[in-house]
Amino acid sequence: MIGYILSRLLRAMLTMLVTVTLVFLFIRLSGDPAAALVPPDAPQSVIDQYSRAMGLDQPLWQQYLGYLAGLAQGNFGFSIHTGIAVEQTFLRRLPYTLHLGGTALALAVAIGIPIGALAAIRRGTPLDRLVMGFSVFAFAMPNFLFGLVMILVAALAFGTFLGGESANVIWPALTLGLAAMGSFARFTRSSVLETINAPYMRAAEARGVPFAKRLLRHAAPNAAIPLVTLIGLSLGALVAGSVVTEQVFAWPGVGQLLVRSVATRDLAQVQFLVLVVAATMVMANLIVDLLYLVIDPRIRAK
Amino acid sequence: MSETASGPGAARVPLLTIDELTVALPPDGDRAEAVSRISFDIAPGETLCLVGESGSGKSVAGQAIMGMLPHALPVTGGTIRFDGAQMPPQRHHDFRTIRSARIAMIFQDAGASLNPVRTIGSQLAEVLAVHGVPRSRRRPRVLEVLHDVALPEPERIARSYPHQLSGGQAQRAVIAAALLLRPGLLIADEPTTALDVTTQAEILTLIARLQREHNLAVLFVTHDFGVVAQIADRVAVMQQGVLVESGQARDVLRNPQHPYTRKLIAAVSPAPRILEHDEETPILQARDVNLVYRSGFLGNRKALHAVKDVTLDIARGRTVAVVGESGSGKSSLARCLLRLEDIDSGSIRFKEEEIADLTGAPLRRLRRSIQVVLQDPFSALNPRQTVLSAVAEGPIIHGTPPAQARVKAAELLDLVGLSAQAGGRYPQEFSGGQRQRICIARALALEPELLIADEAVSALDVSIQAQILDLFADLQSRFGFAILFITHDLAVARAIADDILVMRAGEIVEHGPASRVFAAPEHPYTQALLAAAPGLDLFQKGSAA
Repeated sequence: MIGYILSRLLRAMLTMLVTVTLVFLFIRLSGDPAAALVPPDAPQSVIDQYSRAMGLDQPLWQQYLGYLAGLAQGNFGFSIHTGIAVEQTFLRRLPYTLHLGGTALALAVAIGIPIGALAAIRRGTPLDRLVMGFSVFAFAMPNFLFGLVMILVAALAFGTFLGGESANVIWPALTLGLAAMGSFARFTRSSVLETINAPYMRAAEARGVPFAKRLLRHAAPNAAIPLVTLIGLSLGALVAGSVVTEQVFAWPGVGQLLVRSVATRDLAQVQFLVLVVAATMVMANLIVDLLYLVIDPRIRAK
Repeated sequence: MSETASGPGAARVPLLTIDELTVALPPDGDRAEAVSRISFDIAPGETLCLVGESGSGKSVAGQAIMGMLPHALPVTGGTIRFDGAQMPPQRHHDFRTIRSARIAMIFQDAGASLNPVRTIGSQLAEVLAVHGVPRSRRRPRVLEVLHDVALPEPERIARSYPHQLSGGQAQRAVIAAALLLRPGLLIADEPTTALDVTTQAEILTLIARLQREHNLAVLFVTHDFGVVAQIADRVAVMQQGVLVESGQARDVLRNPQHPYTRKLIAAVSPAPRILEHDEETPILQARDVNLVYRSGFLGNRKALHAVKDVTLDIARGRTVAVVGESGSGKSSLARCLLRLEDIDSGSIRFKEEEIADLTGAPLRRLRRSIQVVLQDPFSALNPRQTVLSAVAEGPIIHGTPPAQARVKAAELLDLVGLSAQAGGRYPQEFSGGQRQRICIARALALEPELLIADEAVSALDVSIQAQILDLFADLQSRFGFAILFITHDLAVARAIADDILVMRAGEIVEHGPASRVFAAPEHPYTQALLAAAPGLDLFQKGSAA
């Protein structure tokens, strides 16, 4: 078990190192960052001045080592436009994104999983078909479209604007979480179907365990195992989706910051945000791996 | 009071009485009724074996008693009485107080009937909890019953998860769960079929002991007359939902009346094969073959020595059976000889040519000479490929013109006993035995010189087993290929093999002509296997339980 934890930690750290290196290389491979910053007709001397100021005139390996050393000390760089440390801008916007993403995930879990389970228990009934129909709709609906339609309908019918900093988080969260909700419902259904037909469910029935108890104490823990993986993986989709959703709802979160930084070629800011997103994914995977230890004794044994 | 409950004429008061029970099948079933007007009863302290092949309706009878029949199988007639009272309708909630408390049931695959993510102790305690036993009395009772089924260290077992137990231990744990509330009747649905012979013998002994100690009535559902001979007081034989014969076990075994019963009994102990071949140079010679499976990474490397120094010869036209329990390395050996695994050391010579390290085109040419038939004929055939195309595929890949390959495939299907229309149909339209015939035809399409059969009849019903074994022997005498027959079943080995190899933990512990190995086994392990096999000596010594 300790070997399992250590190997997962080691893997997470390796992934981060690879990500950091790739981000470093990609930003330098996509053209001269200094030239991208200045107006197109700026003279070479101005470009060189920018290059020196950003340390881009040093050999690549020196830049890389300096960059790694900076990261290790928590020095992530400064925005080229505002001069504010990139992590500060990020931290100011983080609460908005956490609020939005957390609500979206909570909605997806709280609605998707119960309706999926219900569809499995009532398999083949109209209810099952309704839930599966909804799940396909939810999964296939692009979130920018759904968000825009929602804003449009609210504005025309009720005269309210659903976006902006002071709006209710529920609307952007519903937009962001819809796809995850659909896939959770679908996956829960198949996972529960598989477990309720397992031999141990029949054996529990023969031992006199009532239906509700069989579902809760026998089927649920087994059906949860693949779902934990799916929820971990869907964090990535939520992060990606938040970029679009925040833009559509004018939500002042990290996604909007990323769009703005890319548009203004604020390299240090973009670089930092990409690292944060990567770190989020790595952490999510690590947490899923460690959760397995709690919910699946067969992995604990290894 | 009931030490001779099975004795004729004793004042026998049945605990369970089934009278003219009829259960319908769905309209699209292969017959109208799953069970048709079956009647039997069981008294305390008595074992009734309900015998039949898959689809005979024997398990449906067990489920009906537990009130667990699905909606698709409605009871359309007859009564079930337990302890003098009429049972509630199927699936009625009153069954909760009957299940486990008065009638307990255990299933074929004990490992699968335990929840993988919960400890044995918690699953056993749950049974007590749902039947209202107070918390303080649960744990002592769980430990007591685990001790009762002779599990070592009950405390540790209670803390264990199902995957940490062996197959035999899991079956003991499941039996313990069944005994928790001291039921009067135990329904055991093929509880030993998934087990090795030695473990099976232990479990049968355990059930017999518990039955004596607790004066249990046991309804034992099985397909195996070997098991019947060992434990039954009375027998009821089912075929196609109908009870064709029933009576005292001794009478039925000695003097079966119905032809179906005779067939089932004959299947336990098929006539040994008489060998009539001359010695000739072996077509396959394996010398000191070793195979080690390695797994893990860095710190937690693991190595499993699956095949240890195995040496064997197979001559043209002869059949060598490799016998061993699960995990003995017999399937790994087959994979080595098929060149599906790269061996770690040793040599394999096929027709005087070293094949252990062939690769590329020469290996592909070798593939057609050594063919395999696998255990599960259901997963061994592609459900989207017609039977004819499955059989013709191999020769086409190896260069036979497609038209010619299809003509030959049709001939082969005829040869293995399938009708002319069979070729255009899909595998799921066939029964298990028919599918195994298709697999055999597919293997023979490449005109192999060596056929490896890995548990090729283990998934089949006993009477079908006999037919497929006959087919192997018939085709072998016609085409002269050699067979390496891998099996855990001594009766099968005896029916088909000229020579026997007994494997244990990757090593060959005994090797010799079949007649000698069965008559005078030398190695203690072979002796133990033979002693544990139910009913193998049934007809030589005429013994019964």
